[in-house]
Order: sequence, then structure tokens, then C-alpha cells
Amino acid sequence: MIEVQHLSKYFGDKQVLFDISVTFQKGITNLVIGQSGSGKTVLLKCLVGLLVPDEGRILYEGVDFTSLNDREKREIRKTIGMLFQGSALFDSMTVEENVKFPLDLFTQLSEAEKKERVAFCLQRVNLYNVHKLYPSELSGGMQKRVGIARAIALNPQYLFCDEPNSGLDPKTAIVIDELIQEITEEYGITTIINTHDMNSVMRLGKNIVFLADGHVAWQGNNQQILDAENEKLRDFVFANTLLQRRNEPL
Amino acid sequence: MSRFIFHVGQYFIFLSKVFVKPERWNIYIRQTIREIDKIGVRSIGIVTLISVFIGAVLTIQAVYNVKSPILPNYLIAYAVRDSLLLEFSSTIIGLILAGKVGSNIASEIGSMRITEQIDALEMMGVNSASFVTLPKIIAALLFNPILMVLSTMVGIIGGWVAGFTTGIIASDEFIYGIQYNFHPYYVTYATIKTLVFAFLITSISSYFGYYARGGSVEVGNASTQATVYGSVFVLFFNLVLTQLLLA
Repeated sequence: MIEVQHLSKYFGDKQVLFDISVTFQKGITNLVIGQSGSGKTVLLKCLVGLLVPDEGRILYEGVDFTSLNDREKREIRKTIGMLFQGSALFDSMTVEENVKFPLDLFTQLSEAEKKERVAFCLQRVNLYNVHKLYPSELSGGMQKRVGIARAIALNPQYLFCDEPNSGLDPKTAIVIDELIQEITEEYGITTIINTHDMNSVMRLGKNIVFLADGHVAWQGNNQQILDAENEKLRDFVFANTLLQRRNEPL
Repeated sequence: MSRFIFHVGQYFIFLSKVFVKPERWNIYIRQTIREIDKIGVRSIGIVTLISVFIGAVLTIQAVYNVKSPILPNYLIAYAVRDSLLLEFSSTIIGLILAGKVGSNIASEIGSMRITEQIDALEMMGVNSASFVTLPKIIAALLFNPILMVLSTMVGIIGGWVAGFTTGIIASDEFIYGIQYNFHPYYVTYATIKTLVFAFLITSISSYFGYYARGGSVEVGNASTQATVYGSVFVLFFNLVLTQLLLA
């Protein structure tokens, strides 16, 4: 479980996150949604320590991540996997080397054990015979799956996904969503997904946090979102053509 | 001016992040071997090509300018050898590498920055500045002296071939000339210059790539800045080192 308490973030004089307080539950897919520029990515980067919040605390199972020194943060980071928007695979490394990289960094496993773990992770995301390929030789969906394989290589307790479906066709997006959900439930991890894809929201949204202009404007789940009263949320949700039709009076 | 001072300050802060103890030596060693191939081995072709022609042209120009009934012909080869050793194989090759290697490094690291690969490293608890830069600096420091020696040798061969094929200097006179009055200290001087230039080229271009922000245009700008600043500092330090080591 991750608790965010009164988190604020400034870039110079501009405040982009305002007193954010939310809890992300273990074993379910937590979604952070909102329009572009609403502060989703900044929040995610604060959660994983890529940005330092100006105010507030982030608690990983009760441990205040923001007050830790670099060595202690490193220990927490061993338990975090992250899928970046563009996959962020290392271009100069093969698929196998990309997935093996966190194992090289943080484990004392033998080469054979690492290779076995890499093969398992790639198999888990339904990728076969791609070990020796470079990221540029893969499709967008395959790159995302390699990104997930790399993220789960160390058996993480937390999985962060930044726009996992951006740039993917709807069918591949479903495959990625289902994969994230399966992994979350199978390993009982805390998963946080940044997205503005309403299909993902309706599929995965067990706990949804809606950000608007850096504020938490609404929190609920995919059963409640279509009937929510919040005006900004309704503007966001019903910008989707299919959902617009559902909202039109019969 | 304030912008230049800002970059100098940020460059030294960047270097302080680069020179720290690596998280895992074996990963850095693997990266360094890769970089030796990319930065060093893949530069052999261009260095060889340019050095052959420099050596050949130097010989023809030396004959044109120096040949006289009162001067022995072997002095032409002597002049070619010392010109190559003192200036061309270190400085000119340094400038060429500032263009080829410098732009390559800046665009590679800049692309890593804008495609979040550097964020991914940071997220895993890796010192990204050190991970992307240190192997390149070590690779250049290890391999550029080899390129310098290669350049000198190939340049001399180019001059020798140009000399006897055009008939402007006999082969035995040329071979005598390149052995005449040899100062081993010139090799030390050229090696020191090569090492300093290798460090400047790799660290300056890594710096511009690492702090690239935005998209492909900014990566292109970083690549251009890396080449320009790399070349300017190679020239500046050439002057400083020559004054310090030869004056």
C-alpha cells in the first residue's frame, strides 16, 4: 500500500500539485486519470523518486520515502517496477539484456539463473524467440511487453505504469491491460497506472483518482465513474464518443 | 557570458556525478568494452583514410616548399614525421573525432534523455550520469592513443608512398629521414595531448547530451553544441599544452 499525504510540487513559481492526499491499495489496479497537463506524470515521478516533492509525505507500507537517504531509497526501489510511456528500453541492449539489467544490478544470481529468470519473465508476457533482438526490431506492443517483463524481473511489490496504452491499437491495448491486471492479482502487488484511456479506466479501474489542475477532484471506481456528479470529471469521461452516446437521453 | 559561466558550473557538477564509485563494476566494464568498439574501433577507418592523405599531401607540400640543392632530401621525411607526430595525429585527429564521436555521443545520450531511458536508470537507482558517461570517457582514454599511433604510422606510410610513386623523394632517403634526429619526448607530448582531447571530447559531448530537453530539434542542437564546444576546447587546450610541454 502507498499513502500520499498532503503532497505539493512546484516548478519555480508554478505550483503543479496541490495538497494531494490519496491511498493506493495493494492487490488492485489503481488508476490516476486526468487531462494532459493535470499533473499525473508529475505525481507518478514524485512517487518513484524521480522528482522530489516540495511538501508532503509518501509512505510505502508506512515508511516515509521522502525522508530516506539515497541508500535507503535504493532499497525501496528494488521493490519497484516501472513501465514508461515509451517503454524506455535501452536501445544499445538486446531484449534479454534489457530484462536482465535489474538482475545484474541488484542480485547475486549466477548467469544461468539470470537467464532462466529472463526467460520466465518474457514467457510471462507471452514473448518467445525475441531474446536476441534489439528494441528497434520490435513492434510498439512488443516493446511494452518487454517493458513489463523488465519491470517484473525483480518480483516487485509495486508496479507503476505511465500511459501503458499510448500509441497502441485498441486490441493490443486490451492485451497490455489484461497483462497488467493478471500480474497485479497474481503477485498481489500495488499497481498504479497513469492513463487517459477511458477503455482502460472501464476495464481496470478498481480505484480511480481523477486529477484536475493538480488537485484530486474525484475518487471512486469504474462502477461509480459514469454516474459521478463532478462536472470536470463528466467533461473528461464523456469526451469519449461511445460514452457520449450512453449519456445522451433516450 | 553568464550563460557560458552557467554551463561551466553545470559541467563541473556533472563531472562530480560522473566520477563516483559505480554500483556494479561488471556492468561498467561490459559498457566500456561496447564503447571501445563504438568510439574507438569504428573510428579506425576514418582516421586511417584521413591520415594517409595528410601524410601524402604533407610530403608533396614539403618538397614544394623546402627542396633545395643545399638541403638533403631526407629532411623532407623528417619534417613530415615531426608534423604528423606533433600536430596532425593528435590535434587534427582530435578535431575530426570531436565531430564524429562528439556528435554521436551527444545525440545518443540526448535521445536516451528524451525517450526516458535516463529516467529508467534513475528509477532503478543507477547513477545515470556516471553510467552513460564514464564508460565512454574510459573507452576514449584507452583507445585514442592507439588511434594517434595508428594515425602517425599510416600518415608516414602515405607520405612514403606519395614520395616514391611521384618520384619526388627516393624511398631510402625517406626511410632515413623518418629515423633522423628522433625525440621520444614528442611521443609523450602527443600522447598527453591525445589523452586530454579524448577526455574533453567525451565529457563535453556527454554533458550536452545529458542536459538535452524537449525533442529531436533539441537533440540536434545538443549534437551541434557538442561538436562546436568540443572543437573549441581541443584548440584551446592544444595551445595551453604546447606552451606547457614544449616551450
